[in-house]
Amino acid sequence: MKTAVFRIWRGNAAGGEFRDYETGVSEGMVVLDAIHHIQATEANDLACRWNCKAGKCGSCSAEVNGMPRLMCMTRLSELPLDKPVTVEPIKAFPLLKDLITDVSWNFRVKKKIKKFKPRPPDAPDGTWRMQQEDIDRVQEFRKCIECFLCQDVCHVLRDHRKYDEFIGPRFLIYVAALEMHPLDTEDRLEELRETQGIGYCNITKCCTKVCPESIHITDNAIIPLKERVVDDYYDPLGWLWKKMRRKKGSGGS
Amino acid sequence: MPDYETFTHDVLIIGTGGAGLRAAIEASAAGVSVGMVSKCLLGKAHTVMAEGGIAAALANVDDRDNWKVHFADTMRGGQYVNNWRMAELHAREAPERVRELEAWGAVFDRTKDGRILQRNFGGHKYPRLAHVGDRTGLEMIRTLQDHGIHQGIDVHMEVCVLALLKDGARVSGAFAYDRERGRFRIFRAKAIILATGGIGKAYKITSNSWDCTGDGHALAYHAGAELIDMEYLQFHPTGMVWPPSVRGMLVTEGVRGEGGILTNNDGQRFMFDFIPENYKAQTADNEEEGWRYTQGDKEARRPPELLTRDHVARCIVREIKEGRGTPHGGVYLDISWIKKRLPKAEEHIKRKLPSMYHQFKQLGDVDITREPMEVGPTTHYIMGGVRVDADTQMSSVPGLFAAGECAAGINGANRLGGNSLSDLLVFGKRAGEFAAKFAREQSLGGVDEAVVKKLADEALQPFANGDKDNPYTVQRDLQEMMQHNVGIVREESEMQSALEHLKVLWERTKEVGVTGHRDFNPGWHTALDLKNLLTVSEAITRAALERKESRGAQFREDYPEKSAEFGKVNTIVWKGEDGGMQIRRETIPEMREELKRIIEEMK
Ligand SMILES: Cc1cc2nc3c(=O)[nH]c(=O)nc-3n(C[C@H](O)[C@H](O)[C@H](O)COP(=O)(O)OP(=O)(O)OC[C@H]3O[C@@H](n4cnc5c(N)ncnc54)[C@H](O)[C@@H]3O)c2cc1C
Ligand code: SF4
Ligand code: SF4
Ligand code: FES
Repeated sequence: MKTAVFRIWRGNAAGGEFRDYETGVSEGMVVLDAIHHIQATEANDLACRWNCKAGKCGSCSAEVNGMPRLMCMTRLSELPLDKPVTVEPIKAFPLLKDLITDVSWNFRVKKKIKKFKPRPPDAPDGTWRMQQEDIDRVQEFRKCIECFLCQDVCHVLRDHRKYDEFIGPRFLIYVAALEMHPLDTEDRLEELRETQGIGYCNITKCCTKVCPESIHITDNAIIPLKERVVDDYYDPLGWLWKKMRRKKGSGGS
Repeated sequence: MPDYETFTHDVLIIGTGGAGLRAAIEASAAGVSVGMVSKCLLGKAHTVMAEGGIAAALANVDDRDNWKVHFADTMRGGQYVNNWRMAELHAREAPERVRELEAWGAVFDRTKDGRILQRNFGGHKYPRLAHVGDRTGLEMIRTLQDHGIHQGIDVHMEVCVLALLKDGARVSGAFAYDRERGRFRIFRAKAIILATGGIGKAYKITSNSWDCTGDGHALAYHAGAELIDMEYLQFHPTGMVWPPSVRGMLVTEGVRGEGGILTNNDGQRFMFDFIPENYKAQTADNEEEGWRYTQGDKEARRPPELLTRDHVARCIVREIKEGRGTPHGGVYLDISWIKKRLPKAEEHIKRKLPSMYHQFKQLGDVDITREPMEVGPTTHYIMGGVRVDADTQMSSVPGLFAAGECAAGINGANRLGGNSLSDLLVFGKRAGEFAAKFAREQSLGGVDEAVVKKLADEALQPFANGDKDNPYTVQRDLQEMMQHNVGIVREESEMQSALEHLKVLWERTKEVGVTGHRDFNPGWHTALDLKNLLTVSEAITRAALERKESRGAQFREDYPEKSAEFGKVNTIVWKGEDGGMQIRRETIPEMREELKRIIEEMK
């Protein structure tokens, strides 16, 4: 059987090291399979998160050969196996153990974003009417599996550690999904500018490149939001007019 | 108790899947304090994987639909051993629960006139599944999560409950550890809701995620609650079979709902060969009619691919056994053929089944818009679980409630696709409501320190065991054994031998050792889950032995027919005085006349 060497980060906040493990390679195998195999045989206490093993829950984020990936969707056949495959935790959040980080900051950030506030129902039975083309964009954003890989690569968080001033690409698309929701009546633009730090994003598009759900984070969410924020700031009345029209008609911009 | 951190809530909910979240929203809205614990992070529970949709008779696509038809479909699918009151409440209340999700921000696919779109699914007479492409579970869990976080609910993530604590007959709390540090925690509560999901990890080939280890079933059982219908385990007909690393991964029934067909190695559409008597009147007898049905022709009857899951799974097993399977031991599921019928079929498939497209492309090197998929049955869902009161969801233990997959009754011998997500909403809400009511009427129960000490010692035992046996090896051996002995096709001697194997596995479980420390140690976590997997495996085996007939998901080679006598009873499992598992049959209560009439009318 073909084999491969996995160079896996072992350790915690106090320190650690890369350790090499060898495993067999079979057809169709993904990185998470290798990790599981190593866990079951050589290293029972190797910590990693996973749930679905199908790219749907966003639990198994890690950096494979330096690239932020879902381990369950990374095939070994796409990696060079003539040298060790490195697997290490994502970097934007505090390390807990081995491949696991403390991502609780993300849950706190989300809680602070104003919740969905629908307009009164359109029909007497309490339901609404929306056209498919008006929700296509919002549905794109709602594909997000909260893997936080985009947060991991964004330099504002990863390098500049602006956790108190910037919510990161994941939550920018979350705000965008709410703002572009045809039924929503809330206004979140002031916070976007003041406390959520949309201005920190300089459109490097690193987030879009790593998104396993292929969400066009920058083009479809961040840039339109930036435009709205600017409109709002310089022309509040004009913006209000546009927002009302937007909510009535098409959801996306 | 210095070694344990203690938390107190009026209502404690174990599990943050759809059922747990919906219960939490309801309970907190009723004004009691609510705590949730979950083995995983918020928003990542197994519900996130659901694909096809939520069944509810909204009648948006076909105005002939209503709760009565949904009720009759659910009972027929469950072979009439369902708890009819639950099936009734479910059918009546599901539409309101789905509309509520929209009010909380869910964005379902739309009909042309702007309402929630519904799709066809097996066993449902009309298009009934509200959906978002093939990622409905994600939409549902995210909507509930994002609504719930503004309700003041305390969420304890990555905390695993090991046992329920009791004060006399009633439940008074839960004993748990946090995965991150391995520290013990005590949760005191006036009422507890189990919403822990399924048991798929007891089997080798499964569509279920990591956390489906039957914890709620086992926690309830050891706390003295009864389990019902445990023999009914659903094998979904279409799981991936190749490559090995994704074996068992689900291929949504939505593929067949959108027109996908099943063929064998000879290219023959074998589902037409055998259509059960009670479905004949509703099933197309030619390919043309079947196709028209999937395209929304109201006059057409459904194609046989959309018969109930138990039946489709058995037909697939038959094809494979008789040598007409594919190279990797499955059959073909083909959606690409619709290009003969539809312009722009490729785009249509990608839009309707995006994650299936992605899953096969990325993991199986198959482009489903161009070639057929290889599929075979996979362990998917357990109809059996904690026996609850239909209206309140309370178990036989006062203060202990259950909802979602870990509770039982609504599905009978076989669940229709889409009926789980709606079940989570309907009975999650009810559990939340009645647990809150119970909590308001009670004071806090006591916690026995001696019991807690014993539980803690037991939990730490694997660290003292050295390397006698490996938890992962025991888990794998159990999965292989259950797959082989208590799988789709069952038989007395194999199941008797399963009971013998289980005894050995219990002994081995006491001996498993783990290395390393208590902080985030998956080996230790696996060792602790084993007890639950063994408990549910034994319950499934004993119930399947007890039911000497074939009905719904239970197929016995030695009793291949339905028996009228068994059609009148449910099996009930509980923990006896001596600690051994007990089983009895109980007669199903007589159905209300009004409901009987509905079933007659819909025949
Ligand atoms: C791939 C797939 C697709 C599906 N598609 C559909 C569909 O389209 N329509 C449909 O109706 N159904 C579908 N189902 C079935 C449905 O998704 C499940 O039955 C349902 O999601 C179960 O929800 P739940 O809330 O009961 O539990 P789960 O979502 O499984 O949540 C269980 C929760 O309990 C927690 N937990 C478990 N044990 C413990 C413990 N000891 N301590 C603390 N926490 C614990 C877990 O961490 C988790 O948070 C599908 C299932 C699969 C596998
Ligand atoms: S585009 Fe903006 S949000 Fe995305 S990675 Fe770059 S700076 Fe961060
Ligand atoms: S936007 Fe994409 S990369 Fe970011 S959390 Fe969501 S799924 Fe992950
Ligand atoms: S395990 Fe769920 S995304 Fe990888």
